[in-house]
Amino acid sequence: MTAGYEAPVSRALRRRGPRQGVHWGRLVLIGVALAFLAAFVLLPLLVVFAQAFSKGVGVYLAAVSEPTAWSAIKLTLTVAAIAVPMNLLFGVVSAWAITKFQFRGKSALITLIDLPFAVSPVIAGLTYILLFGARGWFGPYLQAHDIHVVFAVPGIVLATIFVTFPFVARELIPVMQAQGKHDEETALSLGAGGWQVFWHVTLPNIRWGLLYGVLLCNARAMGEFGAVSVVSGHIRGLTNTMPLHVEILYNEYNYAAAFAVASLLAFLALLTLAGKSFLEWRQPELKHGTRRARADLEK
Amino acid sequence: MVSSAAPSAELGKVTGSVPGPRPKTRRAVRRPRPVIPGFGLTLGYTMLYLSLIILIPLSATFIRSLDSGWGHFWAVVTAPRVVASLRLSFGAALLAAAVNAVFGLVIAWVLVRYRFPFKRLIDAMVDLPFALPTAVAGIALTALYAPNGWLGRALQPLGIHVAFTPLGVVIALIFIGLPFVVRTLQPVLEELDREVEQAAATLGASEWQTFARVILPALWPAMLTGFALAFARAVGEYGSVIFIAGNMPMKSEIAPLLIITKLEQYDYSGATAIAVVMLVLSFALMLGINALQSWASTRHGAA
Repeated sequence: MTAGYEAPVSRALRRRGPRQGVHWGRLVLIGVALAFLAAFVLLPLLVVFAQAFSKGVGVYLAAVSEPTAWSAIKLTLTVAAIAVPMNLLFGVVSAWAITKFQFRGKSALITLIDLPFAVSPVIAGLTYILLFGARGWFGPYLQAHDIHVVFAVPGIVLATIFVTFPFVARELIPVMQAQGKHDEETALSLGAGGWQVFWHVTLPNIRWGLLYGVLLCNARAMGEFGAVSVVSGHIRGLTNTMPLHVEILYNEYNYAAAFAVASLLAFLALLTLAGKSFLEWRQPELKHGTRRARADLEK
Repeated sequence: MVSSAAPSAELGKVTGSVPGPRPKTRRAVRRPRPVIPGFGLTLGYTMLYLSLIILIPLSATFIRSLDSGWGHFWAVVTAPRVVASLRLSFGAALLAAAVNAVFGLVIAWVLVRYRFPFKRLIDAMVDLPFALPTAVAGIALTALYAPNGWLGRALQPLGIHVAFTPLGVVIALIFIGLPFVVRTLQPVLEELDREVEQAAATLGASEWQTFARVILPALWPAMLTGFALAFARAVGEYGSVIFIAGNMPMKSEIAPLLIITKLEQYDYSGATAIAVVMLVLSFALMLGINALQSWASTRHGAA
């Protein structure tokens, strides 16, 4: 009975497959997709390395080992080393609150956590100027106590935290939602304490998702430009991060040096992509599952 | 923020099914299920951190924008140079998101449906705009599309000038927004029920008819989400744009750059006024796209 029903279907499919020149359509689509990716993604990446080495390895090495470049590298690493753990802690804590409990206004809270994605980085920087700048709300107080926030490292850290705010939380919430709270409840009923449950039950369950969020958060933290540019004041050797150093060298028409420092950041981006692919291979849900779980959560 | 369609309706649902804290304790008494600890601590910390880092600074911007009065605010945001920059930022972002919606669909389709060499590598490459710092993207795109660049040299004889024109702004915003569309569409395409397409084929639909009548309607909500995410990212983008744009006032100057220019001139109220207009416009657009998206998904079933 079933065979009698299915036969015409497969016959029709077999007939329509190659005959209508589907392979041509397929080739055209693949060609369009690859050409678009080549023009917009691959070539920009290649041009960074090509320009970086255009004046030879000597110029490259000089550009990345020069003292102001070094202080920019150090500042970028310092800022990421503060901003990422802050947002990591927030990500874990907020995901715990959102996925383990029911409360009023949960979906509004999730929307607010995602809010920084819809705010221009420049505006993120501006908000801190309005609070901590010389003419900001807390400006006079900070000046009286000789505390420097804007045009200093704390401002750069704050601006970076703002723009990378949702990264860990938005990766963790779907992961923890998908895992439910059964494991935790079992551990609790066996007499484990709250911290024990978190360290020995929850954390091992979410470790890949956590790493995934940290990876993306870190990439953005080290590469952030707009927000940092507003609050940094561009003081060479003091408040210049790597992206700002690239900008300064570029505006001085020192292209080879600008692209040399940029190539370090591009290399970091490639490492991030490799790490991301590895985590997606370990835990395939990370790639696509997040959005689906998120939709379930908000239903 | 986009996926949380119609927040007010959902809010009603949540509060309706799970009322306040009192019944919770009652439930805990009735069932011997252990209560997971840490609700007050985690929600409290979440609200505190969210307020300190995001909400208070953002509301400061809104409050400070009226420091010099409503008249001054209006004068700033209706100045021709400001209007031109806002038009460029929003227009280029919409155009770039539209281009990404089309080509992002092609890329997602090819990656989900076809097999070809280096597919995994190419799939991973789609995320490069996420990972590459925007300043690096900016100088790379400029080098590529400048009159003596690899692509600029080829486009020059055709009379197409990309670098230092509004077209350059669009190119940079396409780069920035591409992964949002592809990564939103991919899971939806993977979940599409191929039997429906086969049924359409058996009923005599052509390839194109199947695509237009069966596949595309199921993809609309995801396409709108991807479009909205790409747009939201593009409208406030700064780093990748300023190098390629040329930044000529009235012509190729984006709104975020004008904010920075005003800040450098210590015109705080001017900078804040532009920022508030940008925030309000993009929130309004996102709400509109959200409404459209929930309309599309109810019309075509869950997608």
